[in-house]
Amino acid sequence: MTPRSRPSRFKGSETGHRSMLVQTVLLAALDGLSYGAQVFLVAVGLSLIFGVLRIVNVAHGSLYAMGAYVTATCGLLIAAAGWSPWLAYPAMVLSACLVGIIVGGALEFGLLRRIYYKEQVLQLLLTFAVFMVLEDLQKAVWGVTPFFVNTPLGLLGTANILGINYSIYQLVVVPLVAVIVLVGLRHILRHTRMGRIVTAVADDRETSAAMGVDATRVYLLTFMTGASLAAFGGALASGSTSLAPGMGAGMTILSFAVAATAGLGRIEGAAVAALMIGLGRSIAVYIAPEFDAVVPYLIMFVVLLFKPTGLFSVPQTRKV
Amino acid sequence: MRPELLMGMVATVAMAMAPVLVPWTTVMLTIALAVGLTVLGIVVLLRAGQISFGHGLFYAAGAYMVAFLVNARLSLDALILIPMGGLVATLIAVACGFFVVRYRDIFFAMINLSISMVAFSLLEKLYHITGGGDGMNVARPTLGGVRLGRIAFEAWMFYLTLAIAAFAAFLVSRYLASPLGKALEALKNNETRLEYLGVSGNRVLHIAYAISAALAGVSGAIIAIVNGHVSPEFAYWVRSGEFVFISILGGAGNVLGAFAGSIVFEAIRSYAAAFAADYWQTTLGLSLIAIIMFAPDGLTRLRSRRRRSPP
Repeated sequence: MTPRSRPSRFKGSETGHRSMLVQTVLLAALDGLSYGAQVFLVAVGLSLIFGVLRIVNVAHGSLYAMGAYVTATCGLLIAAAGWSPWLAYPAMVLSACLVGIIVGGALEFGLLRRIYYKEQVLQLLLTFAVFMVLEDLQKAVWGVTPFFVNTPLGLLGTANILGINYSIYQLVVVPLVAVIVLVGLRHILRHTRMGRIVTAVADDRETSAAMGVDATRVYLLTFMTGASLAAFGGALASGSTSLAPGMGAGMTILSFAVAATAGLGRIEGAAVAALMIGLGRSIAVYIAPEFDAVVPYLIMFVVLLFKPTGLFSVPQTRKV
Repeated sequence: MRPELLMGMVATVAMAMAPVLVPWTTVMLTIALAVGLTVLGIVVLLRAGQISFGHGLFYAAGAYMVAFLVNARLSLDALILIPMGGLVATLIAVACGFFVVRYRDIFFAMINLSISMVAFSLLEKLYHITGGGDGMNVARPTLGGVRLGRIAFEAWMFYLTLAIAAFAAFLVSRYLASPLGKALEALKNNETRLEYLGVSGNRVLHIAYAISAALAGVSGAIIAIVNGHVSPEFAYWVRSGEFVFISILGGAGNVLGAFAGSIVFEAIRSYAAAFAADYWQTTLGLSLIAIIMFAPDGLTRLRSRRRRSPP
């Protein structure tokens, strides 16, 4: 999960101090970009689910971790079967959808559906309980020893930018996917019939149900989509980081930090916040590595201190 | 005499006989009572309808404070160390509170979670100060000026913890019955109307937050002394989740339930650890789901009494 700092990426030591600095800044920026892109995918899923279902899914990080583990397992299976390693990329999308539809679907259908009319604290507790179970399950299935399948990273090789060798996977693929997801989601929500239905249900479930919208189905689909996005973030992460227990817990909170910084439910805002937090964190990795995990929350705290509902939130009226 | 007070006194006397009747349970009961203090803190917040997924932070603050003081070789007495743990946690809560109590529900829970995870990662990474992932050992301090052997120390720590727990339970029930405590229920039911009465909802919650942190700090301090060891896991979300779980188990919102819940919890854990150590969280999670889905009456206090409006 940590943006990896490898001094060996620097090309020789004959370059001067000044270009060292430039390289460090560039490296931090690139790390931040690819990390931010990953976090964005997870956070936008969380935000989408909140926007429609009004639930913060504490188990979101587990879905991220499961996406990563399932993708890595697929990668190993593909290698074992002797198929083309390029299948690793479609396997990512496939695993993400699989996790999102099966696990996410089961969660919504089996549990969440029954408690929409209860208060938020109970909903929060329920997803927290699910989170506990999934974290254990993940340890039971995949064990506790970290593992790393770097086929997707290795296949594309590296590019040289201003004397830094940077993997094309992290430089191009991950951010590009994030941009595609952002544009796609925006398009679907703003310009399609489906999107308008989702927005209507998010705005007022009862009224839209009265107008003939199958709100139950919209809830289920939205949750599956959000879960798939989390799993997809994990799938992308599995290509460049080693997987270990605990990655889910960290991601739940990080994606919440991103979503809260942006304002819960804001899609485009999540992209900006993810970039901010990704960059902040990767800069910290190079300046003060002990504090790299603190920086995202620091950014969130500072933003919330001045804008308590997030950067891009729309004002809401308080109900008496 | 109010029945609740009577029950509390009976429970205290019954507990006091435990080390004599079943000596092997002394340490387990001490730990359970100490954890019960943190749970009591959660219960205070539950009165306001708020849940903190990050009380491990205050628990760890109390524990680490004791560890630092003991390792600084000031040869402080346990009777001083424990209040110091509570004090530090309270100070942290008062400081964080200015930020945290501006939020309710989801944000309150999640911001507490993030703060505690920040603390967890700092405790783990600032190796030279906190001993990193290994944590720190806490040498056995004197108790009441006397350096005791292990058995005697454990017994006296039990009675000390019992006294603290009983006193805390008494104070908290007085607090919850006071206007300030009643304001917590109002905060849950309708904050806007509370504010129309001229009461600041944030301030009411801030005070509750500080009280609940003080309890958690004292609890962590006792655990550090009894365990002889502190580690970053004290601030980890799993620990915070256990506290929330126990408070629900104990019948959410009940002062005595906090301690009853934590005794049951510790008892189950000490046996369950032998059978299903790997599935401990699963067990907790599944029981929590079961309680929420099938026994909402166990959560009477958690559910607001006003008519629910559809979301």
